[in-house]
Amino acid sequence: MPPMPVMAAPAPAPVLAPLLEVKGLKTWFPVTGGVLRKTVGHVKAVNDVSFTIGAGEVVSVVGESGCGKSTLGYSLLGLVQPTAGTLNLAGHSIDIGKPSAWNAYRRDFQIIFQDPYTSLNPRHTVFEILAEPLRAHGLCPAGQLPERVAGLLERVGLSADYMHRFPHAFSGGQRQRIGIARALGLSPKLIVCDEVVAALDVSVQAQIIHLLMDLKAELGLSLLFISHDLSLVKAISDRVLVMYLGRIVEAASAAELFAHPRHPYTAALLESIPTLDRARKPKLLGGEIPSPVNLPAGCAFASRCTRVQDRCRRESPPLMAHATLSMADAAHNVSESACFFPIGFPPSS
Amino acid sequence: MPNGDMYIKTMNSASQPLLEVEDLSIGFASDTGLVAITDKVNFQLHPGEAYGLVGESGCGKSVTCLSLLKLLPVPGGRVLSGRILFRGRDILTMPMDELRRLRGAEIGMIFQEPGAALNPLWPIRRQLLEPFRYHAYQGDPLQRIRSLLDRVGIADPDRVLSAYPHQLSGGMLQRVMIAMALSLNPPLLIADEPTTALDVTVQAQIMELIQDLRDEFKMAVLMVTHNLNLVAQYADRVGVMYAGRLAEEGPVEDFLRRTLHPYSQGLLAALPRLDAGAGLMKPIAGQVPRPADYLPGCRFRDRCPHAFAPCGGKPELFPAGPGHSVACFLHAPAEALAGFSAPVEALP
Repeated sequence: MPPMPVMAAPAPAPVLAPLLEVKGLKTWFPVTGGVLRKTVGHVKAVNDVSFTIGAGEVVSVVGESGCGKSTLGYSLLGLVQPTAGTLNLAGHSIDIGKPSAWNAYRRDFQIIFQDPYTSLNPRHTVFEILAEPLRAHGLCPAGQLPERVAGLLERVGLSADYMHRFPHAFSGGQRQRIGIARALGLSPKLIVCDEVVAALDVSVQAQIIHLLMDLKAELGLSLLFISHDLSLVKAISDRVLVMYLGRIVEAASAAELFAHPRHPYTAALLESIPTLDRARKPKLLGGEIPSPVNLPAGCAFASRCTRVQDRCRRESPPLMAHATLSMADAAHNVSESACFFPIGFPPSS
Repeated sequence: MPNGDMYIKTMNSASQPLLEVEDLSIGFASDTGLVAITDKVNFQLHPGEAYGLVGESGCGKSVTCLSLLKLLPVPGGRVLSGRILFRGRDILTMPMDELRRLRGAEIGMIFQEPGAALNPLWPIRRQLLEPFRYHAYQGDPLQRIRSLLDRVGIADPDRVLSAYPHQLSGGMLQRVMIAMALSLNPPLLIADEPTTALDVTVQAQIMELIQDLRDEFKMAVLMVTHNLNLVAQYADRVGVMYAGRLAEEGPVEDFLRRTLHPYSQGLLAALPRLDAGAGLMKPIAGQVPRPADYLPGCRFRDRCPHAFAPCGGKPELFPAGPGHSVACFLHAPAEALAGFSAPVEALP
């Protein structure tokens, strides 16, 4: 094991009871080739990812397109079948490599999709869209459905009168509210938010984010917030996971990550973002992204890293904790990064 | 890079504008007749200048862009009034063959949806070579597009050149389109949401490329976006549009220092910011109205925290500083407010 870098103890993150623990999650897609369509390799979209989400916690997953952040969210819901991994949900261990093993828990996880224009069936009324999951899970007698649906609509700031309209009658922001209402219907414990505001205008974006945060506080929801917008992630997250080519390369509390990024990739991402400060010019991140089918032996970021050393090309760095203090509270490490030479620490031998 | 403000001052006094949009009103046919989408929009671009046109969906910024090349959807869209002067010649009245010479060679355009803007039946090579079939070019077109693909960050040009649009990701298509728009070094680039589909790392790359071309060839850029962060970094002047009208216009530096229109202030407060402390963005109450529901007078007044009696009348763009103007009665000269004594209670 490489030596653990140690730094001054930061303030401990608020301790939340872990709701969900994900261990060794792998989602590999086979790549076929030749006339016989034999499997010749795998796209390791999610490659051995472990993390926890506390009850009522907002954990954001960030990274560039293709890093596996959306696949990670889909894997948790079984929308894509994970290759391997276990979920520990409130003391129950679930092997999600088996499709049937966690059907009983599906209600606990819901998702809100990125595109409010394609994620609602255009031929169903709002009532049908919101009633369907309630019916499917046998949660509500038919007679009470209109009342439940009206309640859900009002909860997300829409009038119950809209119940019999079709999705086309709504603006993007209103559709996203319907998507949120659909996710809330089953009283889930965790909602995966996949780029939920990326398609919306800034002022509407802020409205939807406020709604989500209100619901989170009121219902004690946990949110797994998948986004490429780091400015937004900074505003709403308790913790942030940075993904690069299927792996988590940095995991830290939002306060720590934005103030002291440790992984060179995180730092490069942050530096490339334009801000209102005209004196601070966005910096470029050059280099080639390796193919996710043929990952290099060492660190996957080595080809683009400015701090790269020989060791990075030989060995793949595991996630290492930076703070001794957070080690004691293993479920909520304040800062971890998968880098042999993290920023702000003297190089380890 | 030339300093934005100084650049503008010298340009304004010295050179003739490259593009002048004068009182441009665009209408669209609807069930209830012709509806005006934009209302007398005015702005100018000088050679080498970058202008950020900012606003939310439905404010008319994209149709304004389309009309600049006479690309409004037919039937449906129509210019109701106004002029669009490119180097002093009116695009709206010029003969078709002259307009064709302009498109691509003089004015390049990056469209909002790359998937819809590229021909699905043509491989990328053919699409990228197409501008060279219609315009004179000294040099090897294939070499030119390869070097551009390299500059927009496409690592394996051969694969991309032989691919069809459906075989490439949205980000790749966007970069292909940017390369196509830049292929003939146009003096004016119109970029409608050029980087929304792209990762921040690629966005930085593309914006850097556009910046280089501005420095190298004095290319002017009309950048349409809802992201004020981008405008702050890459534009010299900014125009904020709301409900078909310009709400505020000015040099970016001054606009950021003294944001005057309540809608501009709302946009800034709603913007997620990396440089801000913790805390949520503030939404703007209410919704962007549809053109049929535009209020008489100031169209923002039903969402405005400062609305007062004069807002029932239409605010002109009042001067508010060097090159800075704002369509809000809060900043109106005394004579525009004659008849109204003091700010009164907010309107319903």
